[in-house]
Amino acid sequence: MSKHSQAPARKSGGFDLGRALLEGRAFFALIAIIVIFSLLSPVYFSTGNFLTMSSHVAIFGLLSIGMLLVILTGGIDLSVGSTLGLAGVVAGFLMQGVTFDMFGVTLYPPVWVVVILTCGVGALIGAINGVLIAYFKVPAFVATLGLLYVARGVALLMTDGLTYNNLGGEAALGNTGFDWLGFNRLLGVPVGVWVLGAVAIVTMLALARTPFGRWVYSTGGNARAAELSGVPVKRVQVSVYVLSGICAAIAGLVLSSQLTSAGPTAGTTYELTAIAGVVIGGAALTGGRGNVRGTLLGAFVIGFLSDGLVIIGVSSYWQTVFTGAVIVLAVLLNSIQYGGRKKSAAKAPANPESPASAAGKSADSEHAKAGKPTGKPVVQH
Amino acid sequence: MSLSALTPAANDSDERGSAAAKDEIVLSARDVAKSFGSVQALKTVNFDVYRGQVTTLFGENGAGKSTLMKILSGVIQPTSGEIVLEGEPVRFASTTEATRHGISIIHQELSLAPNLSVRDNIFMGREIKGATGIDYAEEARQTRLLMEELDEPIDPLTPVEDLRLGQQQIVEIARALSVDSRILIMDEPTSALSASEVEVLFRVIHDLKSRGVSIVYISHHLEEALTITDHAVVLRDGVMTAYARRAEIDLEWIVRNMVGENFDLGSPPTGHAMGEVALSIEALSVADTNVPERSVVDRLSLEVRAGEIVCIYGLMGAGRTELLECVAGRVGPSGGRVMLEGEDVSHLSIAERIQKGLVLVPEDRQRDGLVQTMSVGENLSLASIKAFTKGLLTSGRREQGVVDESIASVHIKTDGARAEIGSLSGGNQQKVVIGKMLATHPRVVLLDEPSRGIDIGAKAEVFKLLAENAARQGLAVIFSTSEVGECLSIAHRIVVMSRGRIAAEFGADASKEQIMAASGEAVVA
Repeated sequence: MSKHSQAPARKSGGFDLGRALLEGRAFFALIAIIVIFSLLSPVYFSTGNFLTMSSHVAIFGLLSIGMLLVILTGGIDLSVGSTLGLAGVVAGFLMQGVTFDMFGVTLYPPVWVVVILTCGVGALIGAINGVLIAYFKVPAFVATLGLLYVARGVALLMTDGLTYNNLGGEAALGNTGFDWLGFNRLLGVPVGVWVLGAVAIVTMLALARTPFGRWVYSTGGNARAAELSGVPVKRVQVSVYVLSGICAAIAGLVLSSQLTSAGPTAGTTYELTAIAGVVIGGAALTGGRGNVRGTLLGAFVIGFLSDGLVIIGVSSYWQTVFTGAVIVLAVLLNSIQYGGRKKSAAKAPANPESPASAAGKSADSEHAKAGKPTGKPVVQH
Repeated sequence: MSLSALTPAANDSDERGSAAAKDEIVLSARDVAKSFGSVQALKTVNFDVYRGQVTTLFGENGAGKSTLMKILSGVIQPTSGEIVLEGEPVRFASTTEATRHGISIIHQELSLAPNLSVRDNIFMGREIKGATGIDYAEEARQTRLLMEELDEPIDPLTPVEDLRLGQQQIVEIARALSVDSRILIMDEPTSALSASEVEVLFRVIHDLKSRGVSIVYISHHLEEALTITDHAVVLRDGVMTAYARRAEIDLEWIVRNMVGENFDLGSPPTGHAMGEVALSIEALSVADTNVPERSVVDRLSLEVRAGEIVCIYGLMGAGRTELLECVAGRVGPSGGRVMLEGEDVSHLSIAERIQKGLVLVPEDRQRDGLVQTMSVGENLSLASIKAFTKGLLTSGRREQGVVDESIASVHIKTDGARAEIGSLSGGNQQKVVIGKMLATHPRVVLLDEPSRGIDIGAKAEVFKLLAENAARQGLAVIFSTSEVGECLSIAHRIVVMSRGRIAAEFGADASKEQIMAASGEAVVA
């Protein structure tokens, strides 16, 4: 009941190599990937290549950060890939000018308006997800799967399946500068990477230092307890999906700027890559555990791995196999980490009180509850 | 339920004289002990079950009743001692093995699959195989026979979820009979039943007896149990304290043996003036989530003044949890309102009520109280984040202050705020939940079974803490309990709840017998 009840993990004063490797696995994986591909290909280890790869990572990273917020609350957002595609299309549509037949005018909104409207579309999709999940109790998997189809369908309808290629705008119309979002560089670094950095820092701060962050973690850790502690659980749930939608819209803007085109099929299956990034970053799919740093590392692992495989000329079929294997390995390591944590927590209260509670409960003829942990289970994949 | 409802059981007393003459032990536990870790739930208990008769096991929560029943039915294995069935020592490695020996247990929480039909539930796991898969016709035929025997002709194809709770209980019994159970263990079978359903159950028990089935019965409803029992056994703190035939005992005898001497859990704080009415519950009703037309809390009114401690005593299913959860805002009322210091808070959210000073410490701390993925400190500060937020950002330093203050004021033994919540003992985890809510500086605190699953020392500490807060800060405290000994601790007033209503109210000078009688009698009345 006193000092001896501490978790064994905290006692180890010495350096536990296995544990360090396990906890920093995403970081070590990234190092390993860089070393291996640098040995296999002379062009891999260069600033230019790193910057190029980073601008790819920016897309996954943005999606992953939004996904992280959702996963921290114990949810999942399958609609982000489609939202990304729709966002690009909406931006492309706005850049072509909006014609109002009634007044016979065509408006060419400036780029900042395009950005805001596009983010609004992402937020709207997220809000629909969130309301369905929080208020109508639709399972997150189903609600966001539905929106995955709806958003993709809307994107295809808007373009008839075609791609917007002219995103440059015209100086005369005052809507130039779209290429600045992803295609251009700032201080030699692609703007997309800066955007990712900014979003990451804001999210990091929000999670660690604001009431909202605490609400997100507590909602995912135990929504019932959080609600009884005064956490506005439903509003938190809606908020994370809205933020995830906005992140996807930003990713859509960056991607279409990078490609200088906006196609309705952009971002297909990216939701899965985003989930993989979060999971590789050590977050628990059951909610409550995970952080931005890990998620960024996860996004870099996936991005650097797939680009590396392209550079050394591995067939795209094999790339898929490798990526899949890495994801499974990551989840496996997650369950080892959290499984060990659970055991140490269960072992820890080596005092008479804990078993007493078990005995007391069973004697209270609460068969269903006795012996079975009523708390939220930690990752069991 | 009127007394006439119990006539089948009452008539039974005529036969009792002859039955007692041929008392034959069918199953017995010899020197059975069971330990969970370092705690002994059962200490060398001897227990006999008589053929064709009802043996009732009495005891408070934690006395070891369910542990003993689980040993007899193979759910758990004894640490030492043996079980003798029909004169032969036996060992049950599992419930399946016990079932094979003719011993079945009917749990308080039914173990039926609600989506499946009566037939499928009865034959679950031991389907009758025909030439082409399962022989449904034969299963249905046998089910119909069983249900007719039990005087409850439910169609075998009815989904279990469409049945009333009492009928579901009958299905459980039918399942036990279908495997030729000679010994049937019933753990609190009436706690969820209506009066008429209890009547049906008792008739069934009577029939079963006449067919030579031995019954072990556990119930908190003492009077109800007395009407059907033939033998009474009392357990206390893992020890069998008394045995007697029905003819030799009465309610007082049971209560006296159940309660015994109790650890001192404190006395009501005195010397402070009671303030104004802090919480006023006015004709509050809560509908049953499953059966909306039924009320689990029925037009209940209660006033609690600042500085006053009120204990709500009641059996399982009396509506205590529902009442407290409704007052705290987790479930909406179906009628009535809740006034906090003169202001109607009935339509506020949980968060708004916490802000106004009305908080709940929930019954199940693992499920509703703690966030297992967060540290001790984060759990403690969860309800009072606003207190250490400046502008948009939280202040780590000020949070530390809130947490340190809580750890000190509720005496949590921990390595520090960063320790994992799972590293604390049950009692300290409970103090975290209480400390979290007290950190919001409430005016009224509701505690649902605050002593559940914590040891006696921690219990006393929790009560002392509440008494101090009531006396010094004028906090109004309502706590619920199902252990009568806890009523007579710090409470100024004891309210006995039964079937959603207040059955009786006592001062701090009430006796245990009075309180128990009020809760038990109300069930039969």
